[in-house]
Formats: sequence, C-alpha cells, structure tokens
Amino acid sequence: MSWLAYAVFIALVLALAHPLGSYLTRVCERRRTFLDPLLLPIEWALYRVLGVREDQEMSAVTYAVCFATFGAGCAVLLFLILMLQHWLPGGPSEGYLTTPMTADLAANTAVSFTTTTTWQAYAGESTLRYLSQVLGLVAENFLAGAAGLAVGFGFIRGFARQSAETIGNFWVDLVRSLLWVLLPLGLIGSLALVWQGVPLNLSPYTLAHTLEGRTQVIAQGPVAALEFIKNLGTNGGGFFNANGAHPYANPTPLTNLIDMLGICALPAALMITLGQMTQRVRAGWTLLCVMVVLLLGGLALCDRAERVLPPQLGDLHLVGGNMEGKEVRFGIGQSVLTTVVASNTSTGSYNAQHDSYQPLGVLVPLTFLLLGEVVFGGLGTGVYSIAMMALAAAFLGALMIGRTPEYLGKKMTAAETRWIALYVLATPMVVLVLTALAVLTPAGRAAVTLNGGPRRFTEILFAYASCMANNGLALGGLDANNGFYNATTIVAMLAGRYGLAFLALVAAGLFARQRRVVASSGTLPIDTPTFALLLIGTILLLAAVSFLPALAMGPIAELLER
Amino acid sequence: MKRELRPAILSVLVLTFLTGVVFPLMLFAIATWVFPHQASGSLVVLRGTVVGSSLIAQEFSGAEWFQPRPSAAGRGYDATASGATDLAPSNPKLKEGAPGFSGIRELAALYRKRNGLPSDAPVPIDAVTRSGSGLDPDISPANALLQVPRVARARGLSDEALRRLVAAQMVQPQLGFLGEPRVPVLALNLALAQLASAPHMGPHAP
Repeated sequence: MSWLAYAVFIALVLALAHPLGSYLTRVCERRRTFLDPLLLPIEWALYRVLGVREDQEMSAVTYAVCFATFGAGCAVLLFLILMLQHWLPGGPSEGYLTTPMTADLAANTAVSFTTTTTWQAYAGESTLRYLSQVLGLVAENFLAGAAGLAVGFGFIRGFARQSAETIGNFWVDLVRSLLWVLLPLGLIGSLALVWQGVPLNLSPYTLAHTLEGRTQVIAQGPVAALEFIKNLGTNGGGFFNANGAHPYANPTPLTNLIDMLGICALPAALMITLGQMTQRVRAGWTLLCVMVVLLLGGLALCDRAERVLPPQLGDLHLVGGNMEGKEVRFGIGQSVLTTVVASNTSTGSYNAQHDSYQPLGVLVPLTFLLLGEVVFGGLGTGVYSIAMMALAAAFLGALMIGRTPEYLGKKMTAAETRWIALYVLATPMVVLVLTALAVLTPAGRAAVTLNGGPRRFTEILFAYASCMANNGLALGGLDANNGFYNATTIVAMLAGRYGLAFLALVAAGLFARQRRVVASSGTLPIDTPTFALLLIGTILLLAAVSFLPALAMGPIAELLER
Repeated sequence: MKRELRPAILSVLVLTFLTGVVFPLMLFAIATWVFPHQASGSLVVLRGTVVGSSLIAQEFSGAEWFQPRPSAAGRGYDATASGATDLAPSNPKLKEGAPGFSGIRELAALYRKRNGLPSDAPVPIDAVTRSGSGLDPDISPANALLQVPRVARARGLSDEALRRLVAAQMVQPQLGFLGEPRVPVLALNLALAQLASAPHMGPHAP
C-alpha cells in the first residue's frame, strides 16, 4: 500500500512538472499568462509604490546584494514583531504563552524564517500570539519563498542568456513570484486544507467538557493560513510544536499528500524551466530523473528501517512497525514519505518525530541534508543545488574524456570552476566546523541529555546539517532553545542561504557573459543515462568524501551497535 | 546600488502587508463562509456543550470507553502542549520507563491486564507507543477490536454489537491508498454513548 502511495506521489510530481514548468518559464520571462488581466494592474501599482524600474537590469552581484538586503529587512521586521508581540491584540491569552520570547530566541526565529529554514526552537502554541503567527510568520513564509524563487530565476538566466552583463531584476522577480505563483497557489492549497479540517479562526482556546467528565483546553488559531504556504515556500515551521504531526495542522492523509505536492511540485517543475530557458529540455528531464532515482533510494531504505519493530522491543510481543512518534492516520508509509521529501527540499515540515526513528531511518534524512538538498531542493534555491552538482559532474566527466568542460552550452573556465569548487566545499566546512565546536564545548554538549550513545552526536550533526541546508528538520532530543544553539545555528542558516546563493549567482553571472557553445561530437552529452549515472556518482562521492567519518560516528555507529 | 535602498525598505513593508494581512483576510473570508465547521476546529457539540474536537485525542481511562493511544502532550492529552517523547529506540527509557514515565514494557503489560489478554498475547504497536503530536485521535482497527470484550463487559452489551459499531466507525485509507485504516476514538465513543445511554451498568447487568 505504501509503495502505491509513493508511486502515485512521484507520478503526480512528474505529471505536474511540464505544465507548471512552462508556466514558471512564462512568469520568469514576463510572457503572457492567463492570470495577467487580474495581476498586471497590481504588479504595475506595486512597482510604482516600491520605486522599482522594471526594465532596470542587475548584475549578478547587485542581484545577490538585493536578495540579502531584502532578507535582512525581513529579519529585522520579524524580530521586532516577535519582541513586541505582547503588545499585539488578540489571542491566545497570556496564561498559555509559557515560553518567554527572549531576544536570542526572537533573533534565531527571525533569521530562521527569512532563510526558509524555519527551524523551530519554540513551541508555537505556548510561545506565539495569533498575530505574530500571521503578520510575522505567514508573511515571512511567502516572502522568503518568493525571494528564493527569484534567485532561482536569476540563476537560470545566467545559463539562458548570452553575452549578457545582467541576470534580471530581483524586485521584479520577487513581485512576480509572489503574485503569479505563491499567492494564487497558496490560496487554493490553504482552502483545500481547511476543507479537510485545518482550523482557521481567531478564537480563544476552546474549553471542552469531555465525555468522561474532564475538561480539556484545545489550542486554536489561524492554522490554515500558515500550514500550506509553509510547504509551498519550502519553509516548514509549523503553527504548533508538533508541526505536521498535529491533527489540526495535518488532519488527514490527503492533507499530507497536498502538503508534499506543495513542497515538490514547483522545485521539480523548475528543472523543466531550466531546460526550456536554456533550450535543453532533455537536460532538465535528466536532472529530474536523477532526483527521482535518489528519492526512490531514500524511500526504500527509510521504509525498510521503519516498517520493522525496533530490535530493542523484540521480546515484548508487539505487532507493527516503529510507531513511536508516528500518527496512526499516516502509518509508516506517509510518515516515511514526508521524512524523505522534507529532508530533501529545505522544508522542515514533519509529521513524525525523527528522534524516535531507527538508526537507518535517521541516516537517510541526515544524508539528504548533507547532500545539499539536491533532490527537488528549496523553492528556487533547489535549481542551483542540483545545477552546481551537475557542473561538478560535467567537469569530472570532461576531464575523463579530455575535453573542455561545459554544461548547458556554457564553458567552465578557471574563473567559473573556482566558484563551483567553493560552493561544493561550503557545506562540509560550515557543518563540520560547527559540529566540532558544539562537541568540544560544554554549552554544546549540555543540550543533548535525553538520548545516549552515538545518537547524541547525530542530534548535533543533524542540527547543523539542517540549518546549513536551510531545512529546519530537527531531532527533538536536542534542546535547541538556548544561547549557544540559537547563535550557532544562525551562522549556519545565514551561510546556507546567503553564502551559497552568492556563490551560485556569481557563477551564473560569469556564465551569462559567455556565448552558448554549439554542441559537437566532442561535447559530453548531458541528457543521457550515462550522464545521469555520472551525476548520481558525483553527488554521492562528494558527500561520502566529506561526511563519511562524521556519519560513521553517528547513525552508522548506532546501526552497528546492537 | 544606492537606488535599491528604497525598494528594499518599502518591499519589506508593503509585501508583508500584502501577504500577512491581505492574504489571511481573503482566506479567512472564504474559509469561514464555505467551511465554518472545519474553520472553527471541528468541534463536537453534544446537548449544547463542546465535548471536544473530532480531530484531537482526549483522555478516556474508564473500562466502559474505548481508549486512545498513550500521550506525551504535556501531562497527557494536553491540547495546548503538543509533543512526543523524542526517545530514540536505543534509549532504555523508552522500553523500561523511568520514575513518572511508563515504558513500553509497562504499557504493554497494563494493556494486556486491562483487556484480559494472556501475558504473551500480541499487542498492536499503536496501543503502547506515544504518537508524534500526543493528540493522535485514532487507533488501529486491531487495537479497537482487542478492547471490544472489555467495553462490552463493562456496559453489558454483546461483543458482536460492539464489533459492528467499530466496523461502522472505521475510516478506510483515503482514495483507497492514502494512509492506514483507522478508528477515530471520540467518534466511536460517541456512537457507544448513543447505543447505550446508561454508561455505568457494570458487569452484572444482563
């Protein structure tokens, strides 16, 4: 049954890739779409208000600076909203807000949401006012997602254009991403969630008198306003502490499927956009196939790990899989699907608690985090996650056959290769250095006390891998709300968002200057199964070289322990 | 680069207004009009009183009710403090427990005792594990069926009638392949209350 659900999910993602990808191409190239009559006037008005001259093109560096400035502005505004939230009117009443909104927690949350990490160091229902959730977090989910999509468009133009000094206008891409993509899809998706039972109200927490004569207070709120866009924007921070495991956030298997499609559909479609705009559609499909192969591998391993009872419980005569931390309505199948999808897409949504997963069940998402979100990836940012790996693979492949390395018709000279190499090295550098720092300091070790053995190391490594990938998934055994982790995870989140985007955009700017090379018999083909295998090999090899020792100390040690 | 400062500042404010005020209001207007029941939290009202939400687990400890999964939300079934144990399978606390925390071994023994099962009877895993939210409203059909004899005895009803009740409340995978078959506990107990409106008949009833 699970495999049927996995197959249907992948089929839906692939079926949507072409129509959505073509639509995104039109949005990116400012061509006509069916929403124009409604949206063009709003777009025009927004440019006037914001002072954007829509035909003013930007160099890659200016584009990256605007992206970072916009993120900084959003972070400051969100920080202020969070710090001043007790002045905001509306529910829930003060008595339920038991976690104080300290400055370090507010700063961490602000950076977390503006980088689409949405790492949750707090519990929503006991920390945040309804208005902080809507005005702060819902808005940020849209804006960070749209900014990511804009950067994806800018990056693609680097390969699409020839002899160009510019890669587009960030503000135009931002506004168009919001108006043409995120707002309409967000509205439809959110309504679908309400239909299935996700609440949307500003009521006080409900006092219920249960059938057995007890009382139960039930947290309420504008849940549906957040839950779909958190996935569509590949953000992931939930309204409640339990995120997508909470039955109000994710009441049915269908809402789970809708959420997963919201996460994957656009990043998958962007591969087609990349192919269309560079006039190499088959190369786009090749990347998508590589993604599906890696996804299937992850599903197979994680499903296998979780479907069996943990060996530690073997003598208790229990029937079923590893259901600790999982919900009955999702079972093993929908829990595993969500784990694998979310760990690949810079989306920290979860519907089961990963710290209760088996060692192999933790190894799979952790590996995907460390691969750098190459399967679908974050909205927009996923384009360069996979493209940079494809460039590295094309470089290696060309060296093997003794040709000038090129990809999507652009040559890799020393200048471009330098930025690609830096990009490939960035994730291991940041993740491993921060993990080492945490392991070596008492403050870093003090946060892992719940579980024992290698799982403690895994929890720390997972945290930094997740923040660097702007993912936001966490192993709950790590107590993340303290000065040390609030500060160090900010470093990882900023490096993962702005560091990687800067490197990718600068490389794109260099590619934009080149003319497109005509493919000849000496060109390494980039749309064949051979290239797909080469790419998979490169991805796995680069990750293994960087992270195998660290993984051996964490989940692999735990796997071998019994 | 200086000319980008105005769009940078204004875009943060204007677009936050668009997505944090205009969008939620639009959504709110449509959702509360089209789906008022869901928007207000799928609350179950019985004779004018809110008895809970059909989506949120509530505690049932009496023998005459079907019981939900154990909960790690707050002190148990606290719908203002969703959460899980976060215990790794390798953590001995998960199996053996700790002061104030029942391990899976103890939960399984308790489940068998309560439902009159032999000490090595197989127990469905969902009956002895805590869910991801602590508010899981469902149990597996196997779990529900194992509770039938106990509830039937406590209410003086026939096993057969209760098995029919469980079957009637069972929810199949959506669209035939999404998720798992499940039994929503509150709905089942509401149906139970309707079936026999005298809930405390005890084991000596006919």
